[in-house]
Amino acid sequence: MYKHKYRVIIPFLAPAVILYLVFVIYPYGRSMYNSLTSWKGVSANQPFVGLANYVRMINDEFFWNALKHNLGYLIFIPIVTISLSLFLAFMINQRIRFSKLFRVTFFFPQVISIISVGVLWSYIYHPTVGILTSLGKALRMEPFFQLFGFEGIPVWMGDPRTVRYAIAAVVIWQAAGFYMVLFLAAMEAIPQSFYEAAIIDGANRWHQFWHVTLPLLWDTMQTALVFAGLGAFDMFAITRVMVISGSSTGRPADVLATYLYEQAFEASRFGYATAIAVALFVLMLTLSVFTMRVTRREAVEY
Amino acid sequence: MNLAYKRSLSSTVIQITIYGFLAFWALVVVFPMIWVLVSSFKTDQEIFFSPWTPPAKLMWDNFARAWGKANMGRYLFNTLTVNLPAIFFTLLFSAMAGYVLARYTFPGNRLIFYAFLGGMLFPVMLALVPLFFLLQSLKIIDSHFGLILVYIAYSLPFTVFFMTGFFKTLPTELLEAAIIDGANHYQLFFQIVIPLAQNGLVSMGIFNFLGMWNQYILPLVLLTSSAKYVLSQGLAFLAHQQRYQSDWSGLFAAITIVMLPTLIVYIIFQNQIQRGLTVGALKG
Repeated sequence: MYKHKYRVIIPFLAPAVILYLVFVIYPYGRSMYNSLTSWKGVSANQPFVGLANYVRMINDEFFWNALKHNLGYLIFIPIVTISLSLFLAFMINQRIRFSKLFRVTFFFPQVISIISVGVLWSYIYHPTVGILTSLGKALRMEPFFQLFGFEGIPVWMGDPRTVRYAIAAVVIWQAAGFYMVLFLAAMEAIPQSFYEAAIIDGANRWHQFWHVTLPLLWDTMQTALVFAGLGAFDMFAITRVMVISGSSTGRPADVLATYLYEQAFEASRFGYATAIAVALFVLMLTLSVFTMRVTRREAVEY
Repeated sequence: MNLAYKRSLSSTVIQITIYGFLAFWALVVVFPMIWVLVSSFKTDQEIFFSPWTPPAKLMWDNFARAWGKANMGRYLFNTLTVNLPAIFFTLLFSAMAGYVLARYTFPGNRLIFYAFLGGMLFPVMLALVPLFFLLQSLKIIDSHFGLILVYIAYSLPFTVFFMTGFFKTLPTELLEAAIIDGANHYQLFFQIVIPLAQNGLVSMGIFNFLGMWNQYILPLVLLTSSAKYVLSQGLAFLAHQQRYQSDWSGLFAAITIVMLPTLIVYIIFQNQIQRGLTVGALKG
């Protein structure tokens, strides 16, 4: 069918393959080596130090501090985001009026850039001009927060006790609509006859949800868990922008990504920063494989 | 009280609960955006002393300051200078590679395909440091050209993967007919294949546009002089400065300038954009 096929194959593949090799494959490979050097970026020679960077990492309290925050997000954010978006999708799927309007509205935060979301929310949390503070004062919420040991309305971004919850809330606010659209697409693909059969068997809405909808959403759930989990390991853009535009505290909001950025581009410890990046990569890979394994079951065919 | 009445009562309660919750979440989603939009027309005093009331007079000057003095206009121009060529060449190169990978058998075909697929496993954070020094030694650090090349390279894995899958589903008969009619390989690709791939290219165009619009870490590392900043980076820079200058109204106008364009485009093309953005999760 095709004559002289290499005259097509080579020029068609070349631009993509060359760019990919130079700007993607090479840096990744190089990182693995750099993590074994004590490179400071100024000199041409990169002293080989073996696993010293990794030893240093294990003894670095700020590394553990950042990792602990990532793990906190990893537990908190996927559970809340996925339950919320599943709930929203289920309700919108109840053949209600304005369902299209709700669906479009809930997706709004997804199409504005993460940086504008971060700046916007750091002003919502702002102690003087933020609406959250003035809302709390208007509703006389001070005694309520005093129960939890705060002096009044919390300074959301400035208080080490609240800063990560404040950031996590923004991530959930932004992501809920995205997962809702995923779940809705999967729900709409379930044949109506399944529900009719369940109704004949006497199932109410909750039974339908637990015994028909949820088992058939399993594949989507798996994807959503992996996505949300990987997101919890990233958090770079939102953390950085919310800290630089609204927080007085850096360390309590640290995650691995911001800590390694700081080590590389503010402290010029390139070798050490790369070792943290390798650790981050290994953690993300482990998480994906683990989630896929744990959630794997017999696929329900229909 | 008969059964039918009871049932309709409980279904009314359920209906109210459903609408109540959906309306509540809609408010949570929309209110912050409206608050910023309204505040961007206020004076600093109004923002500070009366956060809940609309502005007495529309302060268009806030937008003039954000656009000019705070450089948002320049940042927007920079963003388009980078994103438009980056998207065009991402789509072109991915379509070319995907077409060859889907339609031709040759040794190494699978290897190349899986090499692109594997790229999706790695976080960009891992490449950051070598990437910075690579661009420095190629003398394209702190340049839009360098950022364009990097954007294309990092958009390739998923786009090539997607386009390969897309071209596999194209009917062979049409292509064979064109070859019998005497079309050469290039005519075949540009005149027959590309028009057939329009839907896939639109989805990938949207997906990559929003990805690049959102991109923060790459410009932060690769563009160092503030005159070259892209929009996301410029807004973060401005927000950082405003902590010490307190031109809140100007900052709110800047947020609005960044927020509104994609929001408006989304309201017009909602279905395509929802599809384009979720395509990554649905395919992967």
